[in-house]
Amino acid sequence: MTDGAAPGMPPTLRVADVSKTYPGVRALQQVDLEVLPGEIHAVIGENGAGKSTLMKIIFGVTQPDAGTIELQGRPVTIGSPVEAQRLGISMVHQELTLVPALDVGRNIYLGREPNLAPGVIDWPRLYADAEALLRRLHLPLNPRREVRRLSTAQKQMVEIARALSWKSRLLILDEPTSSLTQAEIRDLFRILHDLKANGVSLLYISHRLEELPEVADRITVMRDGHTVGTVDAKTTPIPSLIRMMVGRSVDQQFPRIHVPIGEEALRVEGLTREGVVEDVSFTVHAGEIVGMAGLVGAGRSETARLIVGIDAKDAGRVFVNGQLVDIGSPAEAIAAGVVLLPEDRKQQGLVLPRSVKTNLSLATLQEFSRLGIIAQRKRDAMAQRFVQDLRIRTPGLEFRVRNLSGGNQQKVVLGKCLGSRPRVLIFDEPTRGIDVGAKVEVYQEMNALVTQGVGILLISSELPEVLGMSDRVLVMHDGRLVADLPVAEATPERVIGLASGEETSQMASAL
Amino acid sequence: MTDLQPNPAMAGTTQLPVPESVTSRRRGQLARFLLRYGIVLALIALAVFFAWRSPVFLTSANLLQVLLQASVNTIVALGMTFVIITAGIDLSVGSTAALAGMVTAMTMKTGLPILGIAVPWQVAVVVGILVGVLVGLTNGLLITSLRITPFIVTLGMLSVVRGLTLIYSEGRPIFGFPEGFNNLAGTIGSIPTPAIIAGVLAVVSALVLRFTRFGEYTYAIGGNEEAARFSGVPVNRYKVAVYTLCGALAATAGVVLTARLRTAEPNAATGYELDAIAATVMGGTSLFGGEGTVVGTVIGALIIATLRNGLNLMNVQAFYQQLAIGLVIILAVALDRFRQ
Repeated sequence: MTDGAAPGMPPTLRVADVSKTYPGVRALQQVDLEVLPGEIHAVIGENGAGKSTLMKIIFGVTQPDAGTIELQGRPVTIGSPVEAQRLGISMVHQELTLVPALDVGRNIYLGREPNLAPGVIDWPRLYADAEALLRRLHLPLNPRREVRRLSTAQKQMVEIARALSWKSRLLILDEPTSSLTQAEIRDLFRILHDLKANGVSLLYISHRLEELPEVADRITVMRDGHTVGTVDAKTTPIPSLIRMMVGRSVDQQFPRIHVPIGEEALRVEGLTREGVVEDVSFTVHAGEIVGMAGLVGAGRSETARLIVGIDAKDAGRVFVNGQLVDIGSPAEAIAAGVVLLPEDRKQQGLVLPRSVKTNLSLATLQEFSRLGIIAQRKRDAMAQRFVQDLRIRTPGLEFRVRNLSGGNQQKVVLGKCLGSRPRVLIFDEPTRGIDVGAKVEVYQEMNALVTQGVGILLISSELPEVLGMSDRVLVMHDGRLVADLPVAEATPERVIGLASGEETSQMASAL
Repeated sequence: MTDLQPNPAMAGTTQLPVPESVTSRRRGQLARFLLRYGIVLALIALAVFFAWRSPVFLTSANLLQVLLQASVNTIVALGMTFVIITAGIDLSVGSTAALAGMVTAMTMKTGLPILGIAVPWQVAVVVGILVGVLVGLTNGLLITSLRITPFIVTLGMLSVVRGLTLIYSEGRPIFGFPEGFNNLAGTIGSIPTPAIIAGVLAVVSALVLRFTRFGEYTYAIGGNEEAARFSGVPVNRYKVAVYTLCGALAATAGVVLTARLRTAEPNAATGYELDAIAATVMGGTSLFGGEGTVVGTVIGALIIATLRNGLNLMNVQAFYQQLAIGLVIILAVALDRFRQ
């Protein structure tokens, strides 16, 4: 499926026999990769498989110990990211690197502003160039708009525009869809296919296997620092990809079990915060997983924040086990048995410079202290238990969570949430940016929880996850709850339609 | 992507090869030792240098003098350490020390504030420290309720509290205190009492940071305030407590200083906030919050005192002392950046 390639043209990028060793870790061993002109080439693998190291080598951040890199048939050494960009290689990072206070145009040309005279910037030309570039890429953005006012998806477009302002032949995208909604992802794919049609080659790193047939031409799978193989993206089924990634077969992507639905665990009535969440009511029962779908900005995380008392509600009541509770802070929510696993694990979930055990005990420290003094041994025992139960791979309890992998960090957040033995657990984007293996472990933990009679609200932008794990599906649109469906009736088309507001009027008439 | 940085511990998704992890952990320990105790080496180097340049430096009388000189700053810096670990700052500590000293002095002279009832000097000391508690509480409440950054709140309070001190004392120094009070700056055995007070407070502070919920939350708030809040930590309450503690310690330092000088000066302790910040940061407490130790702060305060003492013994002019101390502070901050 390399329809952009003319026969006889050398590949845009050829990586051959590249190896890289860090002290204590053989990160890459004799890796091969070939990207053709106008090809979208996906690279997948679990965390630690070597994708990031490979991208760092291609982008000149680090140097290989052995092997060769060729660009359009010519061997090159890429000493730095600046050199990479001069050679026509650009990268869009997963963590966006824009200056929020500056506008779109200034961000695109930051550090390379056109000058009238030394030190005097030619503003009209800068904005004209930016506008031309954005138009050429079919990106609907105003170059004078401040970046902080943009959505995540728009920020990413700015990143792409900036990357391509270098006249790149090869664009590396690191998990570009991890924080986008379905609609935004469709837009992104359209942009990527545009670029491809113009002969730009794309290296596409992703954890979302289901999107690959749509976006990619070929897929290279990495595992333990090796390239396992390169396969056709359109014809290779997802289970085969997973088998290649993990070296064994994962029976089920969504290992859902069903347990008898119990009593009402959480009921929310008329939850409102002016301009953000409007009159949201729903129920979660013990042993039930209720999925919540919707676009980014539809008010899903905001609803969760209202329930656990992070933001103040203007109206609405919350019942736990049928009892009206007055929750004004996360501490009170925890006391009432409602715990939120927040969407941004680094910003909201973890104290990165502190240890695994500190983080595991942060929400329940009262239980491990008498007269304010921490019972170290008791706490160590608790932390050790969670490390074992959740299979957190860490060198020790004193290890800083900053240095754990994403999946293991998420398990630490999960362990912290479980520590208070909640009746209701709200998972907000629990598998964002973590690898397949760790995802399945999170799902299994959800199963264990519902088996124990915990009620789960699962907020996720990954529709397959919502549909694969839930008993019921709630859909939010524009601050309102627009649907409450049994999972059997929640087809992807229907949920996407509801989430984008297409079906709202019909629903209203149906009610 | 957090995977595959050059850190063997991150390859955690696969089983670690044991020998490699052990060597690297050992290397990590060495690095940590140097980072934590590099400051000790600096102190030793300074001491060796001064011992070589001055025959007086290593005499026990002089070393006790260094301890005495370090004690007031150490007490202030202990509170500063808590505050900076929460990623805050308290610029009002010097003014607070002066006000507390002044209130203690006035209480000994003219009785309880407002009431005018004569009380023993011990009560006067408590009153002075309560004034510090009040200033710290005000700092904390302003920071948490008005959501103004600590820098600005405490910069304002630096001036407000100094103004109050000047108004209250009408700009005049107070002296002539009971012998018992002056003995706060005496000696126990041959050790200066202020050094003992500072030492005890340092040990208590270290234990609090290491073993209590208060300490754990202090680190957590500085390490990631939002995550702490999401985890149910009453962030604002603990922040207020930290600034209150800092105010109380600054006031204690002010009382000790007043006893040492046998005078309460309205302009006493000017600039002490900078010495305290310097000692804290040199000791490895990160201005970004979430990291820091009491041991480091104490050593930082000892370095400053040793520098002043040694340079005096070498007859270096005061102007040059300023310069040397400033350079050491920058060196320490450079180390802090290197650590990041």
